[in-house]
Amino acid sequence: MAIQTQHTGSDVTPPPRKRGPMEGIELSTVRPAGDRIGYAVLLGALALAATLWLAGGLNVVLAAVVGFLVYLAGVYTAYRVVGGRRVATDHVMRGLVYGAFILAVLPLVSLLWTVVGQGIPRAFHPDFLLQTMNGVTGVQDEATMQEGAPMVGGAYHAVVGTLVITGIATVLSVPIGLFTAIYLVEYSNKNALSHVIRFLVDVMTGIPSIVAGLFAFALWAMVFGIGTKDALAGAVALSVLMIPTVVRSSEEMLRIVPNDLREASLALGVPKWRTVAKVVLPTAASGLASGVTLAIARVIGETAPLLVAVGYARGLNLNPVEGPMNSLAVYAYYMFTRPLNPGFRDPSLERAWAAALLLVLLVVALNLTARLIAKLFAPKTGR
Amino acid sequence: MSKRIDVNDLNIFYGKFHAVQNVSMTIEPKSVTAFIGPSGCGKSTFLRTLNRMHEVIPGGRVEGEVLMDGRDLYSKEVDPVDVRREVGMVFQRPNPFPTMSIKENVLAGVRLNSRRMSHSAADELAERALRDANLWNEVKDRLDKPGSGLSGGQQQRLCIARAIAVQPEVILMDEPCSALDPISTLAIEDLIEQLKEDYTVVIVTHNMQQAARVSDRTGFFNLEATGRPGRLVEMDDTQKIFNNPAQQSTEDYISGRFG
Repeated sequence: MAIQTQHTGSDVTPPPRKRGPMEGIELSTVRPAGDRIGYAVLLGALALAATLWLAGGLNVVLAAVVGFLVYLAGVYTAYRVVGGRRVATDHVMRGLVYGAFILAVLPLVSLLWTVVGQGIPRAFHPDFLLQTMNGVTGVQDEATMQEGAPMVGGAYHAVVGTLVITGIATVLSVPIGLFTAIYLVEYSNKNALSHVIRFLVDVMTGIPSIVAGLFAFALWAMVFGIGTKDALAGAVALSVLMIPTVVRSSEEMLRIVPNDLREASLALGVPKWRTVAKVVLPTAASGLASGVTLAIARVIGETAPLLVAVGYARGLNLNPVEGPMNSLAVYAYYMFTRPLNPGFRDPSLERAWAAALLLVLLVVALNLTARLIAKLFAPKTGR
Repeated sequence: MSKRIDVNDLNIFYGKFHAVQNVSMTIEPKSVTAFIGPSGCGKSTFLRTLNRMHEVIPGGRVEGEVLMDGRDLYSKEVDPVDVRREVGMVFQRPNPFPTMSIKENVLAGVRLNSRRMSHSAADELAERALRDANLWNEVKDRLDKPGSGLSGGQQQRLCIARAIAVQPEVILMDEPCSALDPISTLAIEDLIEQLKEDYTVVIVTHNMQQAARVSDRTGFFNLEATGRPGRLVEMDDTQKIFNNPAQQSTEDYISGRFG
């Protein structure tokens, strides 16, 4: 790898090995050392970890940690002898960096693996996608478990509910967030009000989602009477969470639009609002769109505020201002914590995992859409 | 299609900072007026006050009057947007709109003001503006391609075409060639020569040869020290400024004995 390049050219006389008069300055020599030693040590460490785990009866995590430490020690000693101190340090650092990377990726991969593995048997079943939980009780689940009757009940209403609630939340928060960002960037001239707004937006970013849910619940209790739950309340709660994200990302996107373009437009005698609408916004469109999409992805999986503000519905409800509505996250939560039949939990758990997988897929789809939008709207270059 | 500008006792400020002090001058119609002077002496700032672009910068304000054919640009009744429609501007760095094609860029000033225009009229206007900017032959086959795909010099001529498409009275140019190579610079200088047939052209430049080549009158700006306001030292026919200036500091600057 990079070690060879550090080796000084052959025309330079190698510095003396023994410490000379310059005490305290180590004239470290870097000698070329191949990667094979590293691979050998890695194999050895892996073998050791495997043995400790399978034969030694050690916990798998502990075995991996021991193996990793042994690898670091082994690689240091080996390269210290062959290549010198700098090469050895280089390899140890490399090991630490790769270790950190694996540590960071491992939970993610494991999570995806579990969700996909547990969710896939049920998630794409037409019954699951097209049925609601209306009329489904523990009796049917017991029949499924004991007599092998086909499993009934699905998440159709939850998928629809998620789309309705997040859709309304988006419609509420995008204009507010975008116009706030436009005010901050184009009109505020960094006055006192803009500092206050920015501070409040920062504070809002940190609001726990349950607080947003309670806010919407309390607001609805005040306006429509205590205990009123509907999808609009949930959308309001989600907007509270979404607006700061939209403001922040939009503000950044508008700020990177070069000032030259604004001046060019103004100098053509274009009024300021038209400059903003026709030059600044189109130039920033790709960033704005992907920022909004990511903000949607952020709130689509919220459970707590919807639980409080929207409640739980067994059947399909398409009216956002009347009665509870279901959503995927709440659906998964309910199926997991309150299985239909406590004696026969498996069908309910299967539904929960399937709903979780659908949610993950929705988020992935949103992220891909964001990328696509960013590409489609990006300012054109080339001849 | 060109107007005369009289500036009387103009003082320019950035917030509390006094940037330019007591400038009075007359800019003749259908001529090229050049401003030269060291960096930071306020010549660009002064130029931007001629189409009220100075006040776009937070804190920017002006005292004094700028008369265009006798009408004060800074009187209360005047809308800065109208001023900018009459006084076009070309900037130091070429800045075509990245979301628009070459043709849309040329028509931007008209389209962004949502003036309705038939297809044929738009095509005609775009062609005339591009011809006037000496760019037509180079881009006529790719009018629908993005303007950012052109070379720097072509982009700058595109910006000039964009500025003249709204048919202003005056064109301001803020160091239009400083980001360009000598050949593109030559193209722009030739263009300036043609533009003065129809327009009043005011150009800020750091290049004294350029000022000598293209301008009819030259104004020399200077500042006594950093932090002090810049002022107009003298203004006269270009020939006179470069051959026999009245002020010692002008001669020092022009002959390179400055400072």
